[in-house]
Amino acid sequence: MSDQRMRITLKIWRQAGPQARGEFRTYRLDDVNPHMSFLEMLDVLNERLIAQGEDPVAFDHDCREGICGMCSLMINGQAHGPLKETTTCQLHMRHFRDGDTIVVEPWRARAFPIVKDLVVDRSAFDRIMAAGGYVSVNTGNAPEANTIPVPKDTAEKALDAAQCIGCGACVAACKNASAMLFVSAKVSHLKLMPQGHPERQRRVLRMVAQMDAEGFGGCTNTSECEAACPMGISVENIARLNREYLRAELCRES
Amino acid sequence: MFTVASEPLDGHVPEGPLPEKWDSYRDHLQLVSPNNKRKFEIIVVGTGLAGASAAASLAELGFNVKSFCIQDSPRRAHSIAAQGGINAAKNYPNDGDSVWRLFYDTIKGGDFRAREANVYRLAQISPKIIDHCVAQGIPFAREYGGLLANRSFGGALVSRTFYARGQTGQQLLLGAYGALLRQADRGQVRIYPRHEMLDLIVIDGRARGIVVRNLVTGAFSVHLAHAVLICTGGYGNVFYLSTNAKGCNVTATWRCHRRGAYFANPCFTQIHPTCIPRSGDYQSKLTLMSESLRNDGRVWVPKKPHDPRPPNEIPDEERDYFLERRYPAYGNMVPRDVASRAVKERCDAGYGVGPTGMAVYLDFRDAIRRDGIEVIRSKYGNLFDMYQKITGDDPYQVPMMIYPAVHYTMGGLWVDYALQSNLPGLFVLGEANFSDHGANRLGASALMQGLADGYFIAPYTVGDYLARSKPEAVDASHPAAQEALKEAQERIRRIQGVNGKRSADSIHRELGMLLWDKCGMSRSAKGLQEALEGVRALREEFWRNVRVVGLGEQLNQNLEHAGRVADFLEFAELMVLDALHRNESCGGHFREEYQTPDGEALRDDENFCYVAAWEFTGVGEPPVLHKEPLKFEAVPLQTRSYK
Ligand SMILES: Cc1cc2nc3c(=O)[nH]c(=O)nc-3n(C[C@H](O)[C@H](O)[C@H](O)COP(=O)(O)OP(=O)(O)OC[C@H]3O[C@@H](n4cnc5c(N)ncnc54)[C@H](O)[C@@H]3O)c2cc1C
Ligand code: FES
Repeated sequence: MSDQRMRITLKIWRQAGPQARGEFRTYRLDDVNPHMSFLEMLDVLNERLIAQGEDPVAFDHDCREGICGMCSLMINGQAHGPLKETTTCQLHMRHFRDGDTIVVEPWRARAFPIVKDLVVDRSAFDRIMAAGGYVSVNTGNAPEANTIPVPKDTAEKALDAAQCIGCGACVAACKNASAMLFVSAKVSHLKLMPQGHPERQRRVLRMVAQMDAEGFGGCTNTSECEAACPMGISVENIARLNREYLRAELCRES
Repeated sequence: MFTVASEPLDGHVPEGPLPEKWDSYRDHLQLVSPNNKRKFEIIVVGTGLAGASAAASLAELGFNVKSFCIQDSPRRAHSIAAQGGINAAKNYPNDGDSVWRLFYDTIKGGDFRAREANVYRLAQISPKIIDHCVAQGIPFAREYGGLLANRSFGGALVSRTFYARGQTGQQLLLGAYGALLRQADRGQVRIYPRHEMLDLIVIDGRARGIVVRNLVTGAFSVHLAHAVLICTGGYGNVFYLSTNAKGCNVTATWRCHRRGAYFANPCFTQIHPTCIPRSGDYQSKLTLMSESLRNDGRVWVPKKPHDPRPPNEIPDEERDYFLERRYPAYGNMVPRDVASRAVKERCDAGYGVGPTGMAVYLDFRDAIRRDGIEVIRSKYGNLFDMYQKITGDDPYQVPMMIYPAVHYTMGGLWVDYALQSNLPGLFVLGEANFSDHGANRLGASALMQGLADGYFIAPYTVGDYLARSKPEAVDASHPAAQEALKEAQERIRRIQGVNGKRSADSIHRELGMLLWDKCGMSRSAKGLQEALEGVRALREEFWRNVRVVGLGEQLNQNLEHAGRVADFLEFAELMVLDALHRNESCGGHFREEYQTPDGEALRDDENFCYVAAWEFTGVGEPPVLHKEPLKFEAVPLQTRSYK
């Protein structure tokens, strides 16, 4: 693989605070190593800004392994950038070309207000989860683990949904800023696992109500969320959520 | 350099035979009546496996809990990144596992530097953790019959590791996070994300609260409570490059240490053998390739030094499967410290591969031939994908290249059997305590320990403390609280005021290189002496020359980082001193002067069979060493062998 250095122009959204006016600012980097991750490139930029006495670019990140869901970034209009099933922190500069201009923006959604620069407030997700994204079991009274067998395929399917990292790319990618993929992933996971059954109805009703209260948009089935999801979570989960919701509504009325 | 306390330190291990200690301890606990529980406030700092499970369980009991973390959501604590699995003595595979065997493996794996009673309790509790996590709906891997599946990890001859693909930590943490949010929904827990603990408030010798900074607004505040639980993870990032998340830090534990809590065995750090080698000097972190890969991957180097051929062109007879050669009984599954040193030995001798020569192969060719590509994909798919994303190479086609990296810290705040520090009211859980892993942790045991601490130990021992000690009411105007608040504010202002030329990151990087070089995989008295001087010089450099840009009254990540680097620079000196004082090799602590003729660690049980718990006396001042003698009654001291 080539070790040739790349020249990259960055247009980055800068916004001093939640109420401040934001704008794009342009930065040029002449010495980008193709093996760098995207965030390492921003680290290099920030080192330069600090040396110049300028405020470094704020962006969320932590694990840098694609699992904590902290990193975000719209890269050239795509949530987490151009690579399929890849978070921003796992995106490497070898996927860009020498001379490229890259536009970097925060997640944009009414329910995710901007904190600073590229950092947004995703606490709405926690509040949705608090409304039912769990099995209500207190520590200490669980039965022996092998009491309830779970078919291998079921467990695998549940994990496919449960592996959602809560990054919010689905919301950012959706023209309606809908959180349906996020909510459906948790509802599906706990619908598939037998331990989730007793609270099925209450869970889906409460989580959907909270999602609506947070100001996320409705789903119009464009599947942009699935395309942007770094974990490859399928829109089948949304169909399952809709079924669960309908079922719960029917049970409620009867 | 340090003074030694005259009295030995007491771990408060209960009397009685080992298997009965925990039960009899619980039988004699004092309980808080249900009506009184709501009168108690408990602060839990950290929302990883230890913190989230403790906060949720204490809230379920009726205590009022405040939970703090630095990320934007409790779900993003570093535990989320744990890959391979969690141990438990279930003996489902019928391969001879038992509580005793898990206990024995952990004591031996830790190279006889852990407290027997704690480790036994951990093994006893382990099956209940799996029961609880399954009840939470965690989608563990299953066999076709629908029952739970297991795999093997290093340092064990049985399969006792439960897993959810390579995302076990994520699934366990989301379970604990759900439990935490459920209590938040009930109003029993208040959650403070993006809040950093900057000091501990000690009143009348007891931990009574914390000072935090809101990372979004920069505002400081005081939170008081009847007990404080520190669950803030490990300090591996003192080395700058590690497999830890970028935010992992020593600040919370170090601040407690400065307020009087002893720091135990800081030099016991774990270097993990299988990580992706570094690729350049911009590198911001290293990525682990889970130990579970050694179940099917074979580690090798060419028999010829500096062999230029691509790996697939090197025939079997010209490959050196050096772990299998040196350790025929455990082969590729030797514990981490042993594997890491063997890798380093081969690379230092000129057999390393890759552009830098600082890597060895981890090869799946034989496993793919044996089981087929689909079986391998189903076990490790996400890890292989991660490897490919980072390196651009496809491990289904060519062997992975790996090299050891800093991964875990066995050292931490000293705690007794109740997980309470020497400061009453201060409890320390998870990786933040010096814990149950002695001088080396076995794979898949950190998740087990974090959840044992949080779900099943602290809820009992914290209640007992509250019932016995009946702490009086205090408010934020208390002079000790105000003093801590002022000091924390002052420290931030001082950092901002230096206005020098170097970023905190560049100083952190330099510290990391120094420590990796002189206090990393192998250590010597001479190198450690140099490291002591180097650390002091860097600390001076920091306070003379650091530059922090931006305001303190808003989100300012470079200010946050600078504060953490300042603490690493104080802590590093203690870590190096601890390594220098321990004139033996054990587990992850390898002193070049103390090795057997064939290069294995040489312990000195005569002189060092103790926990080194350090008391703070001032920055750069000689600390006081408190020794907690370790007694091995159930497993007699013996030389660790994996041959
Ligand atoms: C890549 C990787 C893979 C691993 N895989 C495994 C595995 O397969 N099996 C296994 O057993 N172990 C594994 N480990 C080890 C294990 O993940 C950790 O030891 C364990 O998760 C630590 O949990 P914890 O709850 O103690 O701390 P953490 O999960 O690190 O949580 C720390 C918490 O403290 C908070 N915090 C930190 N500082 C402050 C502060 N100053 N103020 C406020 N809050 C603060 C953080 O926000 C966070 O919520 C792995 C580790 C790594 C790095
Ligand atoms: S930083 Fe954790 S997912 Fe990107």
